[in-house]
Amino acid sequence: MAALAKSSGGMAAALRARLVLFLRLMQMHIKWLSVITGTALAAFGLKRRSLGGLAIAGIGSGLVWRGLTMNDHTAGDDDHVSVPYGRGIRVERSVTVNASPEQLYTFWRDFENLPRFMQHLERVDILGGTLSHWVAKGPAGLKAEWDAEIINEVPNELIGWRSVDGSTVQNAGSVHFTPATGGRGTVVKVVLRYDPPGGALGAAIAKLFSEEPNSTVREDLRRLKQLLETGEVATTAGQPWGRMAS
Amino acid sequence: MKAVCWWGKGEVRVVDTPDPTILNPHDAIVRVTLTAICGSDLHLYDGYVPTMMRGDILGHEFMGEVVEVGSDVRNLRVGDRVIVPFPICCGNCFFCKNGQWSLCDNSNPNAWMLETMQGFGGAALYGYSHLYGGYAGGQAEYVRVPFADVSPLKIPDNIPDEKVLFLTDVLPTGYQAAEQCNIKPGDVVAVWGCGPVGQFAIASARLLGAERVIAIDRFPERLRLAQFHSKAEILDYSEVDDVYETLKEMTGGRGPDACIDAVGMEAHGTTIDAWYDRVKQAMRLELDRAHVLRQVLHCCRKGGTVSIPGVYAGFIDKVPFGSAFGKGLTLRMGQTHVQNYTRSLLKRIEREELDPSFIITHRVTLDDAPAMYQTFRDKQDECIKVVMRPAA
Repeated sequence: MAALAKSSGGMAAALRARLVLFLRLMQMHIKWLSVITGTALAAFGLKRRSLGGLAIAGIGSGLVWRGLTMNDHTAGDDDHVSVPYGRGIRVERSVTVNASPEQLYTFWRDFENLPRFMQHLERVDILGGTLSHWVAKGPAGLKAEWDAEIINEVPNELIGWRSVDGSTVQNAGSVHFTPATGGRGTVVKVVLRYDPPGGALGAAIAKLFSEEPNSTVREDLRRLKQLLETGEVATTAGQPWGRMAS
Repeated sequence: MKAVCWWGKGEVRVVDTPDPTILNPHDAIVRVTLTAICGSDLHLYDGYVPTMMRGDILGHEFMGEVVEVGSDVRNLRVGDRVIVPFPICCGNCFFCKNGQWSLCDNSNPNAWMLETMQGFGGAALYGYSHLYGGYAGGQAEYVRVPFADVSPLKIPDNIPDEKVLFLTDVLPTGYQAAEQCNIKPGDVVAVWGCGPVGQFAIASARLLGAERVIAIDRFPERLRLAQFHSKAEILDYSEVDDVYETLKEMTGGRGPDACIDAVGMEAHGTTIDAWYDRVKQAMRLELDRAHVLRQVLHCCRKGGTVSIPGVYAGFIDKVPFGSAFGKGLTLRMGQTHVQNYTRSLLKRIEREELDPSFIITHRVTLDDAPAMYQTFRDKQDECIKVVMRPAA
């Protein structure tokens, strides 16, 4: 039974890996796929000479326009900035935590704490100075690793970091700690920008598998709040259930 | 262990499951000595609360003996006898610190679901759907109690289970409903629904100084209990043409000073809007049958208070909001901040000012749960409150 589970898990991983490869290829050609599909749709729609047809033609020309104006950014990965402006995915999320900016800054500044609330991080090793090594669990059971450096830091106020040149997952992030109104704790604002292996399309597909970056960051911040306010992360994993054998 | 599990709409089963274990450092394990079926469990039973899964362990009214504590639990010990309030609360967030326990920020691992539906999500509840955290409930031999330092209240050995069990939910819920009415000497309070919460709302309104309490229901045994126990005046809505006119006459043309909706989302009624709700709910176009809510808003006097302990879950329509606005009503509602009331109500019980066990009509064991859910739901056998002992 265990062997069967393992092999079917392996098969699923292989299928997912193939899906990721397919999406990469799709993404490389998406500009031209958009133009071709859009043109075909527009022609089909116009031919029907009806209101519905007009709508289809509209969607088609939208695709053509999108294809033609798209940045073809998978072509040459030779930039020297970690995530160039206007590229990749940007996520910004805030949470208010019933703790002081000092407590939050101290907790976050020790990057080895990050995997305690960031679900997709397996571990972060401090390499010394401002350098650290990050290991993440990717959406398809794949691992991604990169080195990051702290590029900006104001004690109890903000920390900014980015992946070093040549990383597989180009990313940059910052976290800001601001006292909330009326002494009601601290507002923690996170800004992340990254270029996932699957690109913009990868993020769209990942959304279907509920690994969408925005909700990931939201849930990560919720866990950070739980940890700082209660010392633990609320869970029901491992509790009894009526459909488990006793 | 034996546990009462939700098995689909209209079906619960007693199932053998593994015992709960400590999962977090602030957890405790409680051996349940007495548990109850709550009227709000019937909303789960009837399939009106989304995100229930077959096999989920039910129950949020329970008490028992602490048999194990996690490494960070400081103020509970093995052997302590405790009642456990139904909202699971961290004790350290903005809301817990402000006494708004049932709005706790940190206890619900599925908070995003409630956020999506309601804008912001409140505390997790035991055995009350995955929307509310998916925690296993207390209609079982053992139950895991998270944040065990915060909510459970130790009970002296000389008070029997039946007198303190309802501190977990229905007693504070009825009490909060009455307290929210801001009762002043001379006030007339009308209470819709004479189930357990209604009975305690009536009794609490009396304790808080209401001069008259009018109890509204259609089941003679429930009206009798309110009349006999809390000296309420009674109104059988199935016997009168118009509840509004009747209440107006009973209050000298002014209307009740405060109105309590202790019914919630599965209201029954005899008017057109009640049938309209039934059809919409049956077609899953509406989660709640809001007949009582509409009536309460319509009947309350100008400048009065409407207090809503009855549970609502979704969207409702044809609510006379213009009436609420025009009369300048104060609306109070929400899940009960149980932890605010457990200590003071326990004192009242110890001083014998209050014996909440008067509502119990059925005493059974966990094995009888499937039949009892049905009896309670259908109000057969004059059933008002069922308590269950895990062992025979």
